Amino acid sequence: MSGTTTIFKRELRSYFATPVAYVFIVIFLLLSGAFTFYLGGFYERGQADLQPFFTFHPWLYLFLVPAVSMRLWAEERKSGTIELLLTLPVTMWQAVLGKFLAAWSFIALALALTFPIWLTVNYLGNPDNGVICASYLGSLLMAGAFLAIGSCLSAATRNQVVAFILTVVVCFLLLLAGYPIVLGAIGAIAPQGVVDAIAGLSFLAHFESIGKGVVDLRDLIYFVLMIVAWLYATAIVIDMKKAA
Amino acid sequence: MIETRELSKRYGQFTAVDAISFKVEPGQVLGFLGPNGAGKSTTMKMLAGFLAPSAGSATVAGFDVQAQPLLAKRALGYLPEGAPSYGEMTVREFLDFIASVRGLAGDAGERRIDEVIARLHLERVLEQPIDTLSKGFKRRVGLAGAILHDPKVLILDEPTDGLDPNQKQEVRSLINSMARDKTIIISTHLLEEVHAVCTRAIIIAGGRILADATPAELESRSRYHQAVSLTATNLQQAKDALAKVADIAALEVDPQDNRITAFPKPGRQIFVAVSDALKADQVVVRELALEGGRLDEVFRSITQGAAGAEVRT
Repeated sequence: MSGTTTIFKRELRSYFATPVAYVFIVIFLLLSGAFTFYLGGFYERGQADLQPFFTFHPWLYLFLVPAVSMRLWAEERKSGTIELLLTLPVTMWQAVLGKFLAAWSFIALALALTFPIWLTVNYLGNPDNGVICASYLGSLLMAGAFLAIGSCLSAATRNQVVAFILTVVVCFLLLLAGYPIVLGAIGAIAPQGVVDAIAGLSFLAHFESIGKGVVDLRDLIYFVLMIVAWLYATAIVIDMKKAA
Repeated sequence: MIETRELSKRYGQFTAVDAISFKVEPGQVLGFLGPNGAGKSTTMKMLAGFLAPSAGSATVAGFDVQAQPLLAKRALGYLPEGAPSYGEMTVREFLDFIASVRGLAGDAGERRIDEVIARLHLERVLEQPIDTLSKGFKRRVGLAGAILHDPKVLILDEPTDGLDPNQKQEVRSLINSMARDKTIIISTHLLEEVHAVCTRAIIIAGGRILADATPAELESRSRYHQAVSLTATNLQQAKDALAKVADIAALEVDPQDNRITAFPKPGRQIFVAVSDALKADQVVVRELALEGGRLDEVFRSITQGAAGAEVRT
């Protein structure tokens, strides 16, 4: 476990050693604010909740999370430090997990810094804080799933731009999996069972279900499984690619 | 101790390392020589546990690198090719990170870090991000990371690449000072380095071991071994004098500086005979030297001979 902690600390510190962290946090806060107030009509709705705030998170993450994840392994491969890291006495899992958790904590920090909007809504009215807590949890889990996907695709290439684009595309497909456009297209060629299975993979459906304030174990398990599966794939991809 | 048995690495059809077996004991410094793409780095990567071998096995300090990877990695200090390190970290942060992964904690850890910093003369750049350092400093930071936990086994892939002559000298004396109780493998392109630090040299090309001997033994395979070279004011007079020495097999004259090299017949020593002959004829000699043998020439003949053999088959 100590290997994971050490790698976690190193990674997290490296975010703040470069402008990456500050740029990311500022953009995240600005965009989430702009979306909430202008697109979401936070005031105009006249309701004391954070629905307009959380609705846009999947779309914000779609571009911001791959920007964080793209460097996770691609940079290690490009600079050769992957050889240093994996010849230290740590297991592959400690390395994959340490790097992932650092990136996730970093995004959690950015998410936590949106707390003024929570204060605002409590000042303006009496929101259901249980729902807000659940939504924060759902948002964080979804970011984790995006990151795990990004981690795997970052391991697959040494080019960060390629990693970014691949991650955006895969995340976009998983987001839209619950939408009629995708489901309709698949329904035309595949049986109902497949359509249901793909609809079940939708990020949005699970995120919205948690956002209603009902924390269903199935939604939690969905995101946790998603993260574990993609991290497992990350380890496999690293093993395959380092030989080449 | 390091031991490999039939260690091989294949990429599809291409064989990078072909059933290499060798054993290095504590106290030995083994130099890995070979042309680019010979399989030196691939072998080292397999020993370090970064690449999995396609066949065969390797042990580091008694631990199988495949079956007991963590134990093997703990006993090993490894400097990868190009000495990669995290550029955004300062030198101190980087060394703290390595110490922490290696489980060097507390006062003992701190002392060891300071010791290594002093040994590699990193005091001046401790608080600088590694990205901003010169090539020589980067290499030394990588070396510092590799020796930080005072490992029993050291594998250094081109440790002096990019260093200036003074820094090269310092790194070589560092390796020499550690050699007594450690097992060390270094790879290098510099043949004078083999002379300076290695007790044994393995020449590999095409993934195979072509020679395994001490540097002196390798040199004795050179055409220049026991040859005598000289420069004389009167070239023709010197040649005439040398013609009288029976044990000389051949004479060569360098057209650029008129340096004469006299090659002995196999197993003969000609230095005394040559100097006597020159004295007898009163040849004025500016310089007279006994050649020890030229590693670069041995290296060329061994590696190119192998390449030629492969072409023929």
